[in-house]
Parts: sequence; C-alpha cells; structure tokens
Amino acid sequence: MSPNFAIAFRFIVSRKRSMIMSLAGIVFGVGFFIVTQAQTSGFEKFYIDTIIGADSPIRIEDRFQDIGLAINAADESGQTSDFITETDPNRKYIHGIEYPNKLREAVEAFDDVTAVSEVLRGETRALSKTAEQTARVHGIRLKDHIQVTDLDSQMLRGSLDDFAFNPSSVLLGKKFAERMHVDVGDYILFEYAGDTRRYKVAGIFETGIEQIDKRRVYMHIGETRALLKKPFGEAFFQIAVRDPGNAVRVASRLESALHHNVIPWQEREKSWLQVFSVLRVSSAITVSTIILISGLGMFNTLAMLVMEKTREIAILRSIGYTRRDISRIFLWQGFLVLIAGTVCGWIFGAVVTLGISKLPIRIRGIFTADSFMVNWDLNHYIWAAVVASVTVMVASYIPARRAAALEPGSIIRGTSM
Amino acid sequence: MSNATSKSVLRAEDLHRFLGQDEARVHVLRGVNLELKEATTYSVVGQSGCGKSTMLYLLGLLDRQDKGKIWIRDELMSDASDAERTAARSRHIGFVFQFHFLLPEFSAAENVILPMRKLGVRSPDEMRQHAEYLLGLVGLQEKVDRLATHLSGGEQQRVAIARSLANDPALLLADEPTGNLDHKNSDMVFDLLQRLSKETGQAILMVTHNTELATKTDQCLRMQDGQFIN
Ligand SMILES: Nc1ncnc2c1ncn2[C@@H]1O[C@H](COP(=O)(O)OP(=O)(O)OP(=O)(O)O)[C@@H](O)[C@H]1O
Ligand SMILES: [Mg+2]
Repeated sequence: MSPNFAIAFRFIVSRKRSMIMSLAGIVFGVGFFIVTQAQTSGFEKFYIDTIIGADSPIRIEDRFQDIGLAINAADESGQTSDFITETDPNRKYIHGIEYPNKLREAVEAFDDVTAVSEVLRGETRALSKTAEQTARVHGIRLKDHIQVTDLDSQMLRGSLDDFAFNPSSVLLGKKFAERMHVDVGDYILFEYAGDTRRYKVAGIFETGIEQIDKRRVYMHIGETRALLKKPFGEAFFQIAVRDPGNAVRVASRLESALHHNVIPWQEREKSWLQVFSVLRVSSAITVSTIILISGLGMFNTLAMLVMEKTREIAILRSIGYTRRDISRIFLWQGFLVLIAGTVCGWIFGAVVTLGISKLPIRIRGIFTADSFMVNWDLNHYIWAAVVASVTVMVASYIPARRAAALEPGSIIRGTSM
Repeated sequence: MSNATSKSVLRAEDLHRFLGQDEARVHVLRGVNLELKEATTYSVVGQSGCGKSTMLYLLGLLDRQDKGKIWIRDELMSDASDAERTAARSRHIGFVFQFHFLLPEFSAAENVILPMRKLGVRSPDEMRQHAEYLLGLVGLQEKVDRLATHLSGGEQQRVAIARSLANDPALLLADEPTGNLDHKNSDMVFDLLQRLSKETGQAILMVTHNTELATKTDQCLRMQDGQFIN
C-alpha cells in the first residue's frame, strides 16, 4: 500500500460524515442511471421483439427500375450521391413481387438470410352470424411463416396443425375474433368482389400489438389468391435474418442486389423507435445531473478538507512529501469515494431494477405487457461508472491541485500566529 | 572560513527575507551568514520576534529567501527546484516545529513512520522497529500506539522530535524543542540531542529561550533584528 493511499484513507475515515454524504450522492446517481436505462431500454427491446415477432425483421416489397441514372448519380455540386429516398422520382415502382420463385432463390442465396415467407395481403369484408367488419387477410405458407415470425408462440387457442391440414381454415387475431363473436371451431365468411367463401376458425392468436390483433387474419396463400382474384404476383416477402440488429445492412445489400424495395424493421417502425430513444437519452441526461450534483458535493467536501488540512499538508511537505504526493493524496480520496460509490450504486441499481421488473403494470396498445420490462445490459453499468468517474475526477482534481500548490513556509507562519 | 568543507552540513550566505505586503512589509532577516558542521550542536537565542523561526524555515528549505544562498552538503539548494528541495528535506533534514505538528489521524508510531515510508529505504518491519526505538529514546516506549490527539502537549513535542530523527538526517533544525517540556523531560531531550550529535555526527541547530541549555551547546548564536551578533 502506497503511503499516499494510506494517508488518503485515514483522512477519509476521519471525515466520515461529509464523505458519506458525497458517497450517497454517487450511489443514488449511479443507481438511478442504471434503473432508468434498464427500464427504457427494457421496454424498447420488448417492443422490438414484439414487432419482429409479428412482422419479421425485413420485408421485401415492390420491384423498382432505376431510370435517369445519370441525374441520380450526381447532385448539384457535382458530387456523387447514393442517397436514395423511397419517393425517389428517378425510380419506377412495380407493385409487388412479380417472380416470387426467382426472387426467393436470389434472397436465399444471401448468407444472413435464414428464412423467407411469401405473403399476399388484401382487405376483405368478414361476416359472422352477428357481426361484420373489414379484415386484413394475410395469405401465407405456414411452414415458411412460422420461421420468420413468432406465430407459433402467439397462438392462444386452437392449433396450427389444424390450420396446416385444412386449406379452408383461418387463424384470427384475438380482438378480431372477439368483435366477430367467433371462436375456434366456428365458421366465418369472407366476401370479396361479390364472391363469398366460408372458412373454419382453426385458431386464435395474439401478437400484443392492438392494430394487428383487431384486423389480421391468416389464410393459406392459395386460398387468398382465389379469394382476392390475384392468381399470381403482387405478394411481398417477409424475411428472417441471423442477427436482427444487423437488418439495416442486410436490407440495403438486398435492395441494391435485387432491385426491390427492402424495408428493415428499423425503418418500418421508425417513429416509435425514435420515441424510445428520445426517452432513453432524456432520462440519461436527467439522471446524469444527479451525478453532477453529487460531484459538486464531492468538490465541496474535498475543498473544505484541503482548507482544514493545510497544516497537515505543510507537515507532509516538510518531511519529504512532494507536491505530486499531496495532489495524489487528495485524488485518492476522490477515487476511494468514486469506487465505493460506483460499486454500491451498481448494487443499488441492480436491486431496484430487479424489484421494478416484478412490479405489475398493464400496458395495451403498441405492445402488451403485464409487468415492467427491464433490460439487463452491462453497458448501462459501464456508462454509469464513466459518468461518475468523469464527475468525481474533475471534482477532486481542482482541490487536489490547490492542495499541491500550497507553500509549506507560508502555511506554517499562518498557523503559528 | 573553514578548511574542512567536507564537514560542512549547511552553509548560508547573506540571507534576507521580507514578510508582509506593501506598507506592512517588514525586513525580517537582514543578512544571515552561517555554517553548520558535522557532530556539532548550535543554539540560537534572541528576543521574541527577532526572526529565529523565519531563519529556520529558510534553512529547512520550507520557505524561499528573498536574497542569499544556502548550501546543504555543498549542494546549492536555495535556488533549486521544488522537487530537489523536497528530496533534500526527505533525505538530509529533520525539522521540529515550534508548535509540535503531528498528524492527528495517526498514532505516535505512525507519525514517526511517515517520513520513512516516503524515503522508502527501510522495510515495513524495520520502520516499525526504528519508530519504537526512537520513541523509546524520547521516553515514550509505553505510548507508541496512542493516537496523536490522545497525547499531552509535551508528549506530542517528543513524538515530533522522534519523527524528525526518523531518516537519520545529517541536519536537525529544532524550533524550541524543549519549550513545552518540564525540567526533567527538557533535560532528557537536550541530553539526547547532544549525545546523538556526537554519536551519529549530526549537525543540530536549536532555537531556545532557555539560556542555561543554550550555554551547554557547542556554540551559542545570538540573534538580534534579523542578524547574528557577537
Ligand atoms: N506574515 C507576516 N507579515 C509581516 N510580518 C510578519 C509575518 N510573519 C511574521 N512576521 C514578523 O516577522 C518577525 C519574525 O518572526 P519570527 O516568527 O521569525 O520570530 P521569532 O524570532 O521566531 O519569535 P518567537 O521567539 O516569538 O518565536 C516578527 O517580528 C513578526 O512579527
Ligand atoms: Mg519562533
């Protein structure tokens, strides 16, 4: 143990009360930082899992043809630009996927792609004995679709096997089924362009997203083509990838290779994701101010300590301790409080996070949750420590420098008077 | 002055020091010349306020002179960097303040160990042994682990003397080391310093108001108005 550290330790222990106050500030700051980050990112992550589970990470839609490439390649200043928007005037869009089999082969050739599901979507009128409303029918091949979504775990009642083996069966969203007053085993009619077809309800599912659960109906894709009178084309692909976090990169590669509009989930759900990230940043800023204020407390404590300890500083200087030793002694004190505060703050944060994850809360709408969502992420702990370190080190650096600058001769003259 | 420069521990030449600012500025030291030799004890006497402590801070490299030069063991220290002066303090100089300064958070032994830890030539066990030995010399063998604040003024003064001897300094500067002590302890400390000087070859300079003790040192210096007089 270095003598400077030993001296710092004694100084701290002799000033327990004010040091504990500084410590408490850091503990709360670090703890709240972790708790708020765990919560906001917990909800965000849960929301992302929900939307990916409901609609897969990536969607491939309309084919496009680039026209007037020469104009697109350079902007006014003559610099080449590959910034392309969805409403790019230089692109001509052809609705839906024209040659699904060829495209599927091309997509599957990508390493990152793990599954492809072709989906044909359309709106029809649904009729039951007592109700009538618009349905958003998704025509799928079940064995493909369960690979790109969490449909199997979204099932509430009924069975996917019954659906798989009966071409004239459908899966209904929970809210939709409730509004139609139908349940598993009942029959339901879909009407399109004057033609009505009858289907058996094989199962009820719930994604947790209200917009989906009150409209969506899964049907076999062949039946959907017959019902909607679209014998070919016009479908889109839903794609699963190895790492959904990487979807943006994969999507842009797919888009440039396939000349189809490719939309990753990050783009599809942009508006809600922005809300989450704004929440996360604003709570980080709010909580950082707690740490900052505790840094001020720390500064105050150490500055007072330097004033109180001028005599001791002079003694240490007289017996051979250098200016650097003196500043180290005060930096060590800051460091000790920082370490203790950060570790206690981590523990405090983790315990509160655990407690909060058990708190019941009812959330319906953009997703369905029955308790607080928390995300355990080491990064939150690291960032809390970084913010605390910067604050405390700045707060102790200034008093430490002041202590080191003191002249032993003048202190002693001052105190002996 | 001296033909045996190798024996010179400290030499000071024409030291001047002003204190205070502007109109309150006082010419405290007015040309101090001094040479301290190995194995010799010196006493400085003079009226209160004549500049004894001020001179001692300069000689102990705790303060900077306004004019003049100081050599410690033939090395010019008066104009050296702060780091060099600090190192010289650590290695060569023991200082006893007029107002016995101990670190209140530490025990008697720990206070004596502090300079040793900084110099770092002894092992922890040796430091502890040496501290106990030095505290024994000043009659505090019973109180080595007492917290500094739990000692009487005279006891603290003696711990400060033990601390000043911790690194076996070639030069000991003591500002009224016996000021707080009763007759018996005062004699004990004085005899100890006198003996150490002969045994280990230290140069010892002590400020004192006790004229009886002053005459017992090898050389008695009189100070008046910031200068030595004959
Ligand atoms: N900061 C200061 N400003 C102005 N004058 C000062 C200052 N500090 C000390 N002095 C003056 O310097 C002179 C010398 O002081 P010093 O402490 O050296 O005296 P001393 O000889 O040690 O006295 P004593 O025997 O009482 O300890 C005194 O006259 C004192 O008033
Ligand atoms: Mg004095």
